[in-house]
Amino acid sequence: MLPFILRRLGAGIVLLFAITTITYVMLYFSSKNIAHNILGEFATPEQIAAKQAELGLDQPLFARYADWLGGALTGDLGRSWFNSEPVLQALSSRLPVTLSIVVTALLVATLLAAALGIAAAVKRGWIDRAVQFFSLAADALPSFVIAIILVTVLAIGLGLFPATGYVAFGSNPSLWLASITLPVLALIFQLTASSAQQFRSAIIEVRRRDYVRTLRSRGLGEREVLVKHVLRSAAPPALTILSLQFIGLLGGSVIVEQIFALPGIGPLAIASTTKGDIPVVMGIVVYTVIMVIIVNLIVDLVNGWLNPKVRVS
Amino acid sequence: MRRLAANPMALAAGAVLATIIVLSAGASIFGRYDPNVGDLANVLLAPGGEHLLGTDDAGRDIFSRLLHAGQTTLAAGLLAAAVAITIGTPVGILAGYYAGRLDSITSWIANMILSLPGIIVLLAVRAATGPSVWFSMVVFGVLLAPSFFRLTRTAVQSVRNELYVDAARVSGLGDVRIMARHIFSVVRAPLIIQTAMVASVAIAIQSVLEFLGLGDPLVPTWGVMMADAFRNVYLQPLLVLWPGLAIAAVTISLALLGNALRDALEDGQKTPKAKKQPKDAGKEAAGQHGPSTGAVEASAEEREHLISVTGLQVGYPQAGGTLKRVVDNVSLHVDRGEVLGLVGESGSGKSQTAFTILGLLPETAQVAGGRILFEGEPLLVAGDDVRNRARIAKLRGRGIGYIPQEPMSNLDLAFTVGYQLVRPMRKVLGLSASQARDKALELLATVGIRHPERTFNAYPHEISGGMAQRVLIAGAVSCEPKLLIADEPTTALDVTVQAEVLDLLRGLQQRLGTGMLLVTHDFGVVADICDRVVVMRQGTLVEEGDVRTLLRSPSHEYTKTLLASTLEGKEPMTMLGLERAK
Repeated sequence: MLPFILRRLGAGIVLLFAITTITYVMLYFSSKNIAHNILGEFATPEQIAAKQAELGLDQPLFARYADWLGGALTGDLGRSWFNSEPVLQALSSRLPVTLSIVVTALLVATLLAAALGIAAAVKRGWIDRAVQFFSLAADALPSFVIAIILVTVLAIGLGLFPATGYVAFGSNPSLWLASITLPVLALIFQLTASSAQQFRSAIIEVRRRDYVRTLRSRGLGEREVLVKHVLRSAAPPALTILSLQFIGLLGGSVIVEQIFALPGIGPLAIASTTKGDIPVVMGIVVYTVIMVIIVNLIVDLVNGWLNPKVRVS
Repeated sequence: MRRLAANPMALAAGAVLATIIVLSAGASIFGRYDPNVGDLANVLLAPGGEHLLGTDDAGRDIFSRLLHAGQTTLAAGLLAAAVAITIGTPVGILAGYYAGRLDSITSWIANMILSLPGIIVLLAVRAATGPSVWFSMVVFGVLLAPSFFRLTRTAVQSVRNELYVDAARVSGLGDVRIMARHIFSVVRAPLIIQTAMVASVAIAIQSVLEFLGLGDPLVPTWGVMMADAFRNVYLQPLLVLWPGLAIAAVTISLALLGNALRDALEDGQKTPKAKKQPKDAGKEAAGQHGPSTGAVEASAEEREHLISVTGLQVGYPQAGGTLKRVVDNVSLHVDRGEVLGLVGESGSGKSQTAFTILGLLPETAQVAGGRILFEGEPLLVAGDDVRNRARIAKLRGRGIGYIPQEPMSNLDLAFTVGYQLVRPMRKVLGLSASQARDKALELLATVGIRHPERTFNAYPHEISGGMAQRVLIAGAVSCEPKLLIADEPTTALDVTVQAEVLDLLRGLQQRLGTGMLLVTHDFGVVADICDRVVVMRQGTLVEEGDVRTLLRSPSHEYTKTLLASTLEGKEPMTMLGLERAK
């Protein structure tokens, strides 16, 4: 078990390194006018030059990257160029909000996808066709359109949920739930769609296997065979799809947070990339990749727990 | 093409898409107003009158703006897809065709691109290059190229080694000619499907960026319209509806079309769905095939047997609507304490008969006629649902046990051997956990496993085939069934293990007094433990009799051929089936 985890973490670190390097290089070419943007229209050339020296913008690419990397490895992600807030602090204060909606969305989507997949695989007929149609439609429809419709109809129109704002779980659990319901709803469509399809085909395939027939021949009930045995073997490919879609989920959360005015990482990402606040952007990229690595690792571990044979490989 | 037209979803999606394209292309004709010129005297008007969909916060006509925006949005989506195809396809073809280093390098690059967080990349690029719909779509096309790369690479790999490509190579056609002609035809269909999907995604993402304010606010696109509408959502909620519907319609239609295309291109994948036959229809079908089934009451003789099968007919619906019969008018019976051998070649329907008794046929199967009685009570009548008859469900394990053929594929690899033995006993016999465990260990010892505890705690992939088969036998007899159905229990085993397992089966059967239906193609097994034999061929019963008589002096031609085909006591190098000269 431990060597497996270590190997995955090792691969994750390599990935992190590669992606941060590529992103940094891309951002380097966009940072020509930063000093000007920070100081505003009326800055004098001396002020601009001073600012550039302060931020290290006159250094060559390699030196700047090495500087950033050195800091990052010791946990110092630098400070925002625009408001000098430490990047790590900005991220960690906003992380709980984003995690609230992302993790909840992931859990709800998994359960929903399993239920839809089971219904489609076992009942077939019109339920199957309906689930397939829903999967196609929900996968194609952008989550921000869904989010806006939800806000317009359920929040502004019917007043059932708050349209904006976030309440921390610690201060008021039920208000917290109300504030994350619509954002989570907007996010689960695409996740559920692809995963439900995967559950469906995996369940159909597993049900055909010999041992399912033998278990039934022993007198075990259909429901027990389905939930305990079939689902256990059918889950891994579906969970893998979920983890692959996780990147898309993070991207979706950026927009959803913007629409619902949630103080998560999303608005920070948009603001920093629009302004060209490189330290913050790099911090966000690091956070994104780390999240992806963690989620993939968790899914792999869950798959291993579900199916002992997978553990061996 | 015709299949596509027959699909209602595809038609609807195609119609919607076509309408939007036509309207957008003809925006100047259909929309009467300039999309960028506003009338500040008429802001935020509701739909109706002069303005079909109302006006926005700058007094611009929504309908005209929507159509012009459509031009830009659709064109941009097309651009992203075009860039993705142009980059991904040729590289994929080359990587698939030449393989080797080129393949590894390009695949690695593709995976790297796929790992990049898309939105962040686009945001970063925008910071570098300024707001431009076209440029960000080009970059997005690069991000999407890996999917085309993978697609074409896989398609090419699958045909690269086909003989006709080799033949073309040998005959001197240059590589490019080969690739163009043969490979492209394979790749064409998936490419078209993928394009639809990619265009859908491109439009979606593009709209997102514009909604976030990262597009060019001077160029109307649906995303920009969404942003404008959302800004005024408290004042005029309807504003979000139009561009929202437009985006939804296009993205969903493209996805549905892509999917319909995929369905249309997959031949014969659709088998007719198993319809739940109403009971009357089943009885009707039974009545059509002779007076001996269905309409007639079970005879007293049938009721005497442990299990009695009369006139059984089982089939599978074919694409044309006909029913392919795999069991055709089969009648047999097993008495208490007797072993009936059910012999036949592969495809004779012997396993299907066994599964029908147990209610373990696949969902697509249909019972077209006949009946089965168990201990005098009806177990199956014509028209019954093949899988979920309450009658058979009660009997599984307790009344009728099943020993499968292939030991390794009949154990769930995710659970220990012990769990799979104990759980059914607890459910069917109501034993406690420790009682069931004790019984399971006892059974494992009885079937000849030398270290019952170790096997009990092991996972199926940790034990050998012979041990697995013994475990399955233990499981089958664990609830003390009155009838055992063994489906070629020794076929998958080594010869020495076969003998042991047969001894085991015979011992168990004699000790417990169970009836046994032994399905096999091996006459050696039949001679070893069966009392009576029944021979099947292509779904019908061909001969029946007690074992000595049938083996020594078979009456039916087919039985004679089968017996003559065995290798026992044959002169080497003679033709099978011929009489020996002496």
